[in-house]
Amino acid sequence: MTRTKEPFEAVVAEHGATVLRVCRAVLGPHPDAEDAWSETFLAALRAFPGLPADANIQAWLVTIAHRKAIDITRARQRQAVPVGEVPEAARPSGAAAMAGSQAGAGDPTAGDGDVWAAVRALPDKQRQAVAYHYLAALPYKDIAALLGGSTDAARRAAADGIRNLRTAFAGAAAKGADR
Amino acid sequence: MTSTVGEPGVSALLGITAPGDGELRRLHDRLVTAADEDGILDIGYTTIDSPVGRLLLAATAQGLVRVAYQNEDHDRVLSLLASRISPRILRAPQRLAAAAREIDEYFAGRRTTFDLPLDFSLSHGFRQLVQRELPQIGYGNTRSYGQVAAMVGHPKAVRAVGTACATNPVPIVVPCHRVVRADGSLGGYAGGPEVKSTLLALEQAA
Repeated sequence: MTRTKEPFEAVVAEHGATVLRVCRAVLGPHPDAEDAWSETFLAALRAFPGLPADANIQAWLVTIAHRKAIDITRARQRQAVPVGEVPEAARPSGAAAMAGSQAGAGDPTAGDGDVWAAVRALPDKQRQAVAYHYLAALPYKDIAALLGGSTDAARRAAADGIRNLRTAFAGAAAKGADR
Repeated sequence: MTSTVGEPGVSALLGITAPGDGELRRLHDRLVTAADEDGILDIGYTTIDSPVGRLLLAATAQGLVRVAYQNEDHDRVLSLLASRISPRILRAPQRLAAAAREIDEYFAGRRTTFDLPLDFSLSHGFRQLVQRELPQIGYGNTRSYGQVAAMVGHPKAVRAVGTACATNPVPIVVPCHRVVRADGSLGGYAGGPEVKSTLLALEQAA
């Protein structure tokens, strides 16, 4: 039996939250993450009629989101970022994509700030691998195709990333207990 | 799914990346606006409440393409629109604002004709010919299937007129409910016979 394609509204309803989480994990709690979401779903809507009916829609959306996030990061790097917008701590190398840890995420608690600092501190590939695998269940071979390198390298990046986050959280929690 | 239960890194990440209140709704609205501007919102739809139950309204850029009763199963109707016209379908109440208003006015007894652009691309040939002709039957009047067959110049095509009425993609707006049997009994209706008699009674009372 041929699978007929569902209305795009159902795609947004089913995957909208996951794609937003991925954009936010990769770009930070910043309006850029919402821009990436919007551009992802607009591009997906445009291409949707040509998508094979048996395609893995979530993997397809994450692939688009990955490219849109890169476009946004490059555009951001081309613009001179005013010093005043650089978040509290010096921005770690490799994390130019993360900005404004307090913006756009409602009213984050101090704990959220610690978590964002840990996410921001990850090397880009670890942060992307963690977001794509742990938030969107993207298989490692698909992550490897997006990030370059082998499937094993993608698996290692995700594992290293999640370990680095765990260590950072343990440190932050200990610091919080001292306060 | 990956087994991530109990992984503190993952739960913290899920916590901080969660969508805010109303955030996805705002993003959805923004998507609809951008898609409409880019000309890739092939079908917009909404649902409205009416005295004959919840109605699905769907429109292409050309006009109203489908009105569906609840008993037709709105999800199924949207899936059919996806396969027959385009899957680029989003909930977009703005596109249906005029249709929703005119249907409200009709049920309030304040409107006797509809002034809406229509898209007949769901029907073809003789069916579409009949459906385009139905608005000639004025508010509060009825015609038999045979009379409609004569109206379109095919007096023997009584059964085909019945099929054309039964497959009318935009009931209420295209008044197939005004076509009844020659003996005065109601005949079939997509929304059910009660809905047909409700509409005819509404038009008699106004």
